[in-house]
Amino acid sequence: MITMRKIIILGATSGIALEVQRLLAREGRELLLVARSPQRLTEIQADLAARGAQQVLTYSADLASVQQHAGIFEFARRAFLDFDTVLLAYGSMHEQKDSETSVDTLLEELQVNFVSATAILTLFAADLERRRTGCLAAITSVAGDRGRRSNYVYGSSKGALSLFLQGLRSRLHPAGVRVITIKPGPVQTPMTDHLPNSARFANPEQVARDIVRALERRSPDVLYTPKFWRYVMSAVQHIPETIFKRLSF
Amino acid sequence: MSGQSAATLCKQVAASPPTEQVLSWGRYPKTAYHLVHKPAWNDQVPAILGTAAPGSLLPYGLGRSYGDSCLNAGRELIDCRRLNRMLGFDESTGMLRCESGVNLSDIIDVFLPKGWFPPVTPGTRFVTVGGAIANDVHGKNHHCAGTFGAHVRQIGLHRSNERLVICNSEENSDMLRATIGGLGLTGVIAWADIQLKRVAGPWIDAESIPFQSLSTFLDLSRESDDRFEYTVAWLDCFAGKHPRGIFFRGNHAVKRGKEFHPKRGPKLPFALPAWMLNRYSVKAFNTAYYKIHAAKKSAAVVPYDSFFYPLDSIRQWNLLYGKQGFLQYQCVIPETNVAAVEELLDRIARSGLGSFLGVLKQFGSVPPAGMLSFPRPGLTIALDFAMRGERTLKLMQSLDELVQRSGGAIYPAKDARMSPALFDVSFPRWRGFVPYIDPKMSSSFWRRVTGAQ
Repeated sequence: MITMRKIIILGATSGIALEVQRLLAREGRELLLVARSPQRLTEIQADLAARGAQQVLTYSADLASVQQHAGIFEFARRAFLDFDTVLLAYGSMHEQKDSETSVDTLLEELQVNFVSATAILTLFAADLERRRTGCLAAITSVAGDRGRRSNYVYGSSKGALSLFLQGLRSRLHPAGVRVITIKPGPVQTPMTDHLPNSARFANPEQVARDIVRALERRSPDVLYTPKFWRYVMSAVQHIPETIFKRLSF
Repeated sequence: MSGQSAATLCKQVAASPPTEQVLSWGRYPKTAYHLVHKPAWNDQVPAILGTAAPGSLLPYGLGRSYGDSCLNAGRELIDCRRLNRMLGFDESTGMLRCESGVNLSDIIDVFLPKGWFPPVTPGTRFVTVGGAIANDVHGKNHHCAGTFGAHVRQIGLHRSNERLVICNSEENSDMLRATIGGLGLTGVIAWADIQLKRVAGPWIDAESIPFQSLSTFLDLSRESDDRFEYTVAWLDCFAGKHPRGIFFRGNHAVKRGKEFHPKRGPKLPFALPAWMLNRYSVKAFNTAYYKIHAAKKSAAVVPYDSFFYPLDSIRQWNLLYGKQGFLQYQCVIPETNVAAVEELLDRIARSGLGSFLGVLKQFGSVPPAGMLSFPRPGLTIALDFAMRGERTLKLMQSLDELVQRSGGAIYPAKDARMSPALFDVSFPRWRGFVPYIDPKMSSSFWRRVTGAQ
């Protein structure tokens, strides 16, 4: 059996995290939720408590700001002793066009999705590696599997994170620490509301169920959710570049 | 840096909502395209209200209203389904504070295992708390518990021109009475305090009794009112003046029934071809349904979901009625006017247009909780009609005449076509309600029945 008792969620107010937390709370797990807005954290905490959660701690911090990471980590070690699972669930998706015309927007997207994410994962990785236990999971995206005209900035930030996790997995394997790369297809969350056809995107509850199941088991290392994306992306990755560069999707 | 990113994300939520075709449960009317705001947090709602044009917004829940009361054609909706957090629960009193997008299904899943149940529930568990308040819904226990609104102790209401307004029996009590049954027009409910009801468990002591005339139904209903918390009847609308049907009554059971696990039933994947529902197939169904129930043992301990929510077992059952959609006709007729009820049933039977979901219930005399609440003492009848164009609308108009003559009313949550004149006489308090409407709110229904802009 996998030990999963105490879970830290980084980005607890994100659309997918909200559903994951409800499932975990229902199973009686203990949670430490990290997000920026204290008000929203209070609301989630009340919700999870009403639904029967055992213990829910919250810590308010801006995850995109690397300077605040030490505070988060120290709080977790002090108040959430022997945590065994960390799920990174935050991210940012701007309009691709904005990142093409504004370098500030581009850098911000990379900062949130890649730079800050790798920074905080590194902190937690060292701790779990030393304790030789636990699991690190991070939500990247199918968009990171291939650079597409319509969202390569978001895609590359998530793709880079997937690559980072791949290496981290190999590094932590000898210590028995598991690293899971979670690659959802488009999901109906506030992050994707502005995209066309968002009504057809996957249901966050379904994605959350897949994530929780992956956390509870020994496999897979890379989770595609909904599952069919594994096959779709495998096909997409095999399209020759000379053809792919002409595609506008 | 990330502060900025949050600001941009919030702006996206507020500034460029996507346009969607939103249909109500009856899938009629069809033309409604909307800009849909989807706030995930109550703190985002004031910005949506603040930046909107006058008369442009309407809160939206699970879209289970049948007609156009949950639509705002060509304008904007605030989809409240992501506001689905429970903010507090008092284990000793059963008082639940939850956001308006929480649905009854969720409340049952979380609180029934702890021995609590919604104080009033309509025939589906897939309605939001906001929708249940805005339509002041009723259930099989109307004769003893009144409407859903009677169990709402307090609400927090987002209004476009002020901070969150707290409404309870002492503070802003008139705004509370306006919001209950107020069709979403008074503002966006941020949260509500609902008094849940203690129950022994998930089982219902249920009885079903066949009847063959309206007077038998009335006798059954009267003698059951004191002894049974829940009463309702299914009606074969092809039987005309002397309707046959099955009378259902029940109480929360103290003893345990057979273990069960509520499961998700099958789902109708697409709209069925319209010809499949015709007078012969429906007649055959009704006869079979009547015979099966009339032959069955009349008393049993049954799971709560099959007693309260038989239709929820087929997801998207509204697609049964085909591409054109359907209309539900729900009216209430004062009890003193049994002749009008008979005449109504006769007209429906002769039209041959009725279908299998006929429901008959005697409302109690509990005073209404809201200014525009629909339930009032009398008999309420609900019937589905597949939309067959003019024929269907003509029949309903002729039923309207009967309702109006008898001093009855049509349920706004089910309506897509009643005349302004009928609304005016059956909801005479609507003019007094107007000052409570938030200036940013409007709906297709409201514009249709009052001529508001």
